[in-house]
Formats: sequence, C-alpha cells, structure tokens
Amino acid sequence: MFGAGGGTSSYREAEETELIILWGSNARETHPIFFHHVLKGVRSGARLIAVDPRRTSSAEWADVWLGLDVGSDIALANAMAREIIHAGLANMEFIAGATTGFEDFARCVEAYTLERGEADTGIPAAAIKDVALSYGRADRAMICWTLGITEHHNAVDNVLALINLALLTGKVGRYGCGLNPLRGQNNVQGGGDMGAIPARLPGFQDLEVPEIHEKFATAWGGAQFPDRKGWHLSEMFEAMDRGELRSVYIVGENPARSEADQTRAVRLLRGLEHLVVQDIFLTQTAELAHVVLPAAAGWAESEGTVTNSERRVQRVRRALEPPAGARDDVDIICDLARRLGADWGHPTAEQVWDECRSLSPMHAGMAYRRLDEMGGIQWPCPDESHPGTQFLHGRLWEDPVGGPRAPFFAVENDPPVDRLTEEFPIRLTTGRRLDSFNTGVQTGEYTSPLRRGEALLISPEDGRRYGVEDGESVLATSRRGSVEVPVRFEPTLRPGLAFMTLHFPDQVATNVLTIDATDPKSGTAEFKASAIRIDKIPAAV
Amino acid sequence: MADAVFVGMPKRMVGLSIDGRDVEVVEGSTILDACRRMAIDTPTLCQLDNLTPINVCRVCVVELEGSRVLVPACSRKVEAGMKVRTDSKRVRHSRRLVLELLGSSVDMSLCSPEVRGWMARYGAEPDRFGAVATVAQPVKVDNDLYVRDYSRCILCYKCVEACGVDAQNTFAIGVAGRGFDAHISTEFDVGLPDSACVYCGNCIGVCPTGALMFKSEHDMRAAGTWDESAQNVTETVCPYCGVGCMLELHVQDNTIVKVTSPLDHSVTAGHLCVKGRFGFEFVQRRRGE
Repeated sequence: MFGAGGGTSSYREAEETELIILWGSNARETHPIFFHHVLKGVRSGARLIAVDPRRTSSAEWADVWLGLDVGSDIALANAMAREIIHAGLANMEFIAGATTGFEDFARCVEAYTLERGEADTGIPAAAIKDVALSYGRADRAMICWTLGITEHHNAVDNVLALINLALLTGKVGRYGCGLNPLRGQNNVQGGGDMGAIPARLPGFQDLEVPEIHEKFATAWGGAQFPDRKGWHLSEMFEAMDRGELRSVYIVGENPARSEADQTRAVRLLRGLEHLVVQDIFLTQTAELAHVVLPAAAGWAESEGTVTNSERRVQRVRRALEPPAGARDDVDIICDLARRLGADWGHPTAEQVWDECRSLSPMHAGMAYRRLDEMGGIQWPCPDESHPGTQFLHGRLWEDPVGGPRAPFFAVENDPPVDRLTEEFPIRLTTGRRLDSFNTGVQTGEYTSPLRRGEALLISPEDGRRYGVEDGESVLATSRRGSVEVPVRFEPTLRPGLAFMTLHFPDQVATNVLTIDATDPKSGTAEFKASAIRIDKIPAAV
Repeated sequence: MADAVFVGMPKRMVGLSIDGRDVEVVEGSTILDACRRMAIDTPTLCQLDNLTPINVCRVCVVELEGSRVLVPACSRKVEAGMKVRTDSKRVRHSRRLVLELLGSSVDMSLCSPEVRGWMARYGAEPDRFGAVATVAQPVKVDNDLYVRDYSRCILCYKCVEACGVDAQNTFAIGVAGRGFDAHISTEFDVGLPDSACVYCGNCIGVCPTGALMFKSEHDMRAAGTWDESAQNVTETVCPYCGVGCMLELHVQDNTIVKVTSPLDHSVTAGHLCVKGRFGFEFVQRRRGE
C-alpha cells in the first residue's frame, strides 16, 4: 500500500494498541502465534472486533462480532466511513496534509447510509455505528485481514476500502496503528518482495520503470529480459485456455488441487505441451508433469531467508540431509541455466542473497551476520547500521509530508459473482483449520488428534430444512460440479452459510465447487463465495 | 522524521544491596533480575522469563531485612534501599528443604543438570525422608504427539500458565485437588483427546522436569536410543503460515526428535502452535518407508 507491499505494523504493536479489527481473518486458528500478541492486547484492555461471516474461534474473543454476509465488506467499510465523517471523527488535518482524493471518496460513501449498510451486509445498523465510532475515537487502532478480504473477485477493492478507513482517521504511520495483511504461507511476503509477481523485480521494484530495468540488466551483464509485466497465475490459466501458454515450470505449488474450479485447472494442465514440476513431493500436479525435479525442503534441508507478515526477514537453515536425489532449489536453477547456456557457477544461498542486497535498497543492510545476531530484520533496512523498520509510513506525518501523498480510492460494493438463486441457495465459503494447511500435502503426514477429515459444515437449522442428519453424506453441487461429502452440524454458522476446507482433496475435492472468478488486479480467485445446493443421496436400491 | 522506534515510558533506576554489594537495576525488576545482573546463581523451578511469576516452588527464596518471612526472588519487585541476603544459613536451609521434599516424592532425574548442581550445593538428601510420600504413577499416553508422566511433576504451574493467560489462553489444564492430592488435570480428568487441548505443546516447552514430553522422545528413551550428546539444534523458520515463528529443530541421526522455540524471540516468546511444534513429519518421509 502506498508503494510498499507489506503490512505496516509489528506484531508487538497489537499488544499495545486500543482497538484491533480482525477483518476476514480467523487468526486464532490460521495465525495462532500472531493471535497470542492480539490476546496480550486484549488482556491489556484493547477492544477486539471480529468481522467474519462465521462466528469463529477468533470471534469468541471479540467484544463485537460483525457477522456480515459473504462479500459485503465494502458496504460495511463504506458505511463505517460515512458514520465516521458524519460524527466529525475524520482526521481532517491528516487528510489535508497527507492524502489525495478525499472529496471523491466522501461523495462515494455518502450513499452508504446505515440503513443501506444493514441491508447490504446483514449487520444491524447499531453495530455498524458502534464499531465505526470505536474505530474513529480510538487513538491507536489496527486493521488486520486475511483471505476473507483477498479471496474475492474484487480483492483489491476490498483492501482499498480498508485502507480508506485508516486514511480517514489517520490510523497509519504511527505506533499501534496500521494495516496488516496476515500472510498465509511462510514466504508469501518474501516471494512478492523478491519479484515472484508479474510486475516486480527483487526488492519490490517496478519492472516497467526504465531506470530499474536498466539497473538490473547492467548488473546481470547486459542480460535481455522482458520490460513489460507478465501474467499472474489466473492469467496463465486463461492463456493456457487460449493456447498461448504451452509450457509451464511450476516450483513448489500444487495448482491441480489448490486452484478454484479444479476440473478446469486439471484439464488445462493436462493439455500443456510441456510441464515441469519442482517440488519436495510427487504432488497431484507433479503426477501430470513431463519432468519432475525433486527439491530439498526449503525450511529444513537448505539455507536461505523467508519474510514474515511484519516484514521480518529471517534465516532458514539446513538441519537435515535431504533424501537422495533431492536438491537445493538454487542448485537446480543454476544447473538448468547451464543447460540453457548460461554459467552462473555454484553460488551459495548467502552469495545469492548478497547479490539481491546489492540491487534491492530495502534489503541492503541485511547481511546474514546481522540477521543471525538480531533475530531477523524488518525491511526497509537500507544499510548495515540501520536497525530495521518497526512500522511503515511515518513519513505521512511529516510536515510537509515526505514523498507522495496516500490516495483515497472510492470503491463500490460488488457482491460475489456466483449469485444465490433458488437452484443454488447456500453460500459456501472456505478456510483453514488449526491443525491443517492448504491441500494437506505437509500436514497430512503428522497424526493430529484434532483432525476429523473433510465435512460440509452447515447450521443445524439448514440440516432440518434440507432434511439431512449430522454425519449423513450428501451431494453438494455448484454451477461447476458436484462432490459427495458428509454433513456436520456447526452451531456457529447461521442458516444459508456453509463451510469447507481444502485440506483433504483426496477425500473431498472442494475446489470442484469453487469459482475461478478472479480479481483482475491481484489474480486471486473467489474461493470465499460459491453458491451451492445440498441434495440427499438416494438410498441404494 | 525517520520511522520512530517505540521505547515506552522512561524508567528510574533503583538501588539496593545484595550480599553486601550495591547494585542498581531498572524499576519494576525483580530481586531475581538483580541477582542475575550480579551473576549470583539463584535456583528456580517455577520461574521462566516468558511466564508471569507465580512463586509456588519457593526454591528461589532470599532473606530480606525487615521481612519476617523469606521472600521469593522471582516475583518480589526491587525497592530502593532493600538489603537482601541470598546465601544466609536460613536461605540455605530453606532451599535445601524444598529440594529435598520435592526430590523425595517426585522423580526429578530428568531435570536439567543445574538442578543436580543445586542439590549438591545445598547438601540436599531427599532419601532421608524415605519413600513414604510419592506421586509415582503410570505415564499417560493418550495421543501420538505428547505424553504426560505425572510421577515427574513438581506442580510448578508452568504448564497451567502456558496453557492459560500467559500464552495459549486455551485453559485445557488446571490444578485439581488439595494438599498432597493436588495434581495437574484436564476438565473432569478426561484424556487429552476429549479435553479442550489444542496440542500446541507450549506446556512441554516450559516443563522443567520432563513430566511433559514429545512422544518421540518418550519412545526413544524407552528404547534406549535417546542421546542428547548426538543431537544438533538448528534454528529455522516454521514452514506453515506467514507469522514466521522461529523453530529450534533438535535432530538426531538426521531425524527431527523435538521442536522448541527460543524464549527471547520477538515473534514467538518461545510458544508455537500444533503445526509448528508437531507438523514436521512430512520431511521425515523417506523412500522405502
């Protein structure tokens, strides 16, 4: 946000803030140790607000649970913004000095009255008002979100709606304030920082800026590489569909199980002329590959760094010998380069990192030695005397503001693509459980006493309505396909809302049901909002 | 303005004397903090830097001038002008008796070598009480992740605190019973799979006596293959969510046998979740197994 792709705050700040809004995040289960910091804040008197269609185990700790309808986040944020403005709680001094676009924004949210907010979100107007005023009045407040915000067809607009709230009240760039996406995997942050997204080079530097392209081309001995951004994952699948993308090299990803609308994803992967998969396991995706490159496990069998949700770069180290034949990712990539005619030698992880530091100003001061000594360093860290950065955007409070002003973006509510109809009346949302992870490739290998396998969680009321029993296997059907799945009654769900995970794809292929409607900017699919129906399975004759 | 670093309210220094030597420490420190600052080795069993002091074991007691009773160093905050003695006859006698009473009723053989050092320093002879009062009982093995051997439990409360307000806030365990019958228990003494336990293992991380133990360690000890001298500890980062918890992988014969986290790490404060603590098996799957 505002030119930096990372959470603005440190975890520690959650312990010393006044108000924490967990928006589309069940951190108690999905980010348990971050939630420890939240609990310290709660124990010190912070107010906790949980915004989630489900009354999750995080919501159990909240002072207020806003159980909005799936995909109505912008209506809620805009209605809150309108209340804040009307209550005179907008920080006009900060807005005037550090932001742009307030007039357009204020005009946009004016239409989001409490009545409309209640109608669009299903949350009582009084609760919207209460949370809006709490956020507006707090001296320090943080908004933290997860995939409940970003796994939507309008993911970027959802994030912008939250940023607007922080700009409106001046709750960014100060200790105990901020905007924090909690990353779902141990190096999602680092992958983006390193340029593993279509428009960026290492250090989150814009590929399409000629000086930056030139800097890298020079450092890499005049190497030729594209100066226009490439495709993100969803665009790649579209390009496969058009026949433009015919050869794919996948490293450490299992799209045959993790992509929305799995039937289509597998069909497109099967149709490739050449598929290379580099992974620690023979995943379902690797089974489709022409070439499989066995890799060492990044966190325990090789050296390197990862970056967490508070921008802290930390070392991973080799504790185990990898199995015979499995090799470090760096070795594989350098060998591949050699076969293609470029000799990059046999660099160590530290040498690769030092090259990155020489080109990425925000990592420049992070020598391995300092990472070891300091227990990781938070970017930006421009030189070897810099302690790292606890929170971002303090510059917005400078007078005059340092650097570009932060823009408001007027965004409108836009409900999920997969509409609820009489034929598909139930809103299915997806998420994680405490003891499992994504497609279960890793967590399936340890024995968890908490694990109960996949089930379609519905409210007991819906169970009665559709005439199904707790534990009964049913057919769940969306516009894309059907799966057989046992029903489990979950009293924390309200009627019309169902929940599944992606953890047990071999038992139940949840992604047969999900929709691949993707956000055009982020490329994230709308995993959080499918429309389904439940049919009883006829008794065998 | 560069992005500021929050340092909190300014704090005063407080002067006191310990064993006749003057020392200054930051206000809010404990006597134990001051002792450590002066490199005075002080025995502790129920104290840990990531837990709130609960002062139940009484092995850290010191003599404080003007105080009728000995005071626990781990929780008593320093005050200006305090005069503390850490090695008086009364202190030595009390520490010896505490160690003897615990050692006579509980199997303390898996405590850290420091504990054996304190036993020797204070001349503790647990055997002189005989084997009359003992908490000996079978090991509770009711899941595949960790075991509970309450014949090793000294009731230091650390596990209760880690499961409760100091870290996990799950409250799966508490102290049940009174007097000699007091013991750590789940609700209604049910097995772990029927309790509120979420298997974060933060209780194992703080246990000082080996009463709570990874099942892998328990099984290896039973088989006689547990060998700490052959283990390496490597710091790395958990492979799961994006919080970035630092893990210490304890590795013996190219196999992870235990996972801990450093108490002083800013992300974890030594605490993990079930995936970070136990979710490592996927790198142990080897061809042919």
